[in-house]
Amino acid sequence: MNFDLTWMAWTWPTAAFFGTILLLLCSMAAWEYVSPGGSPRVGVLRFETTRGDRLFLSLLGSAFIHLAWLGLVGPNLWWALALSVVYAVGVFRYV
Amino acid sequence: MEKTWNNKAWFLVLPVLVLVAFSAVIPLMTVVNYSVQDTFGNNVFFWAGTEWFEELLSSSRFWEAMVRNLIFSFIILAIEVPLGIFIALNMPKKGWGVPVCLVLMALPLLIPWNVVGTIWQVFGRNDIGLLGYYVNALGIDYNYVQDSFDAWVTVIIMDVWHWTSLVVLLCYAGLVSIPDAFYQAAKIDGASRWAVFRYIQLPKMNRVLLIAVLLRFMDSFMIYTEPFVVTGGGPGNSTTFLSIDLVKTALGQFDLGPAAAMSLVYFLIVLLLSWVFYTVMTNYDAER
Repeated sequence: MNFDLTWMAWTWPTAAFFGTILLLLCSMAAWEYVSPGGSPRVGVLRFETTRGDRLFLSLLGSAFIHLAWLGLVGPNLWWALALSVVYAVGVFRYV
Repeated sequence: MEKTWNNKAWFLVLPVLVLVAFSAVIPLMTVVNYSVQDTFGNNVFFWAGTEWFEELLSSSRFWEAMVRNLIFSFIILAIEVPLGIFIALNMPKKGWGVPVCLVLMALPLLIPWNVVGTIWQVFGRNDIGLLGYYVNALGIDYNYVQDSFDAWVTVIIMDVWHWTSLVVLLCYAGLVSIPDAFYQAAKIDGASRWAVFRYIQLPKMNRVLLIAVLLRFMDSFMIYTEPFVVTGGGPGNSTTFLSIDLVKTALGQFDLGPAAAMSLVYFLIVLLLSWVFYTVMTNYDAER
C-alpha cells in the first residue's frame, strides 16, 4: 500500500500549525480528565461557556486577529500572534 | 448523590470521528497547505507565505461578492422564515389535508439543485418562459439576462420557492408537538390569536426555528448551483456570490493558492456567523 501524501502539499509551517492545534486539543482532553465537567461559568458575554467554548472562541478570534493584521497592518504576523495569545488569555480568564 | 463522571462513551463516537476526518479534516488541512503555496500542476508547489491572503483582503472583487452574499442571505432569511411560519400555522393539523400538504411541501425539496436552476432559467425567459413572457405581457420590463435587479428577483424567488418548504416542515413539526392542553388553557384565559402565537406557539417552535435559521443561513451563504445555472453570476458580476467567485478562481483559472485562501476566509466567516446565530438563539431560549 502506497501512502503518498504529496497531494496534500505539506509544509513545515502548516504542519507546526496543525501540530499546535492537536496539542491544544490533547491538553484540553487532559484538563477535562483531571477536572471533569467543562467548568461552566457565566462571564462577560453574560451566557454560560465551558472550557471548550472558550478554546473555540480563542481560536476563531485569533484567526480573525491574524486576518485583520494582514489586511490592515502588513505581513509580519508575530505581533498578531502576540495579540492573539493576550486575547486567548483574556477569553479564558473573563469569558 | 454525587454524579459519576465517565467518559468511556466517547469511544462510541470514534467511527464518526474517522468519517469526519476523511470527509472534512483532511480536505481542510489540504486547503490550509494550498493557501500558503503556489502551483502550476504536477504536485509541484512553491512557498508563497501569506501572499494570497494579502491579495484577497485587498481585492474589491472578493468584498463585493461577500456583500452580495450577505445581502442575499439576509433577504432570504427575512422572507423564508416569516413565510414558513405563516404557512405552517395555516396548515391543517388533522384529516386528509395533512398528508396532502406535507407531500406538496416536500416536493420542491426533492428536486436537485441544478434542475431547479434549469426550471427557473426557462421559466424566467421572456421569449419561451411562462413567467418571463406573461410578466412582459403585463407591461413590466423584465429580463433577468440583462437587468441586474431582475436577475436578483429571479434568484431570490427561486430560492424562496425551493427552500421555504424546509422552514414550513420544521415549524410544522414544532407546532404539532404542542399538547392540546396548552390551547385549552389559553382558551379558558381568553387569549387572543396573537397571544397564543407569541406565548405558546413561538416558544415551542424556537428549537426548530434555530435549526431552520442556521440551515437556511449556511445554505444561502454557500449557494452555488441555482444562481450559476440561471444567471452564471451575471449580468456582469451582479449575482456572483462567493461560491461562484471561488469556483471561477479554483477551476476556471486553476489558481489553487488564491482559491484556498478564499475558501479559508469564507469558512471562517460561515463559522463565525453560525456561532453568533446559534449562541443568540440558544441563549434567548435559555433566558426565557
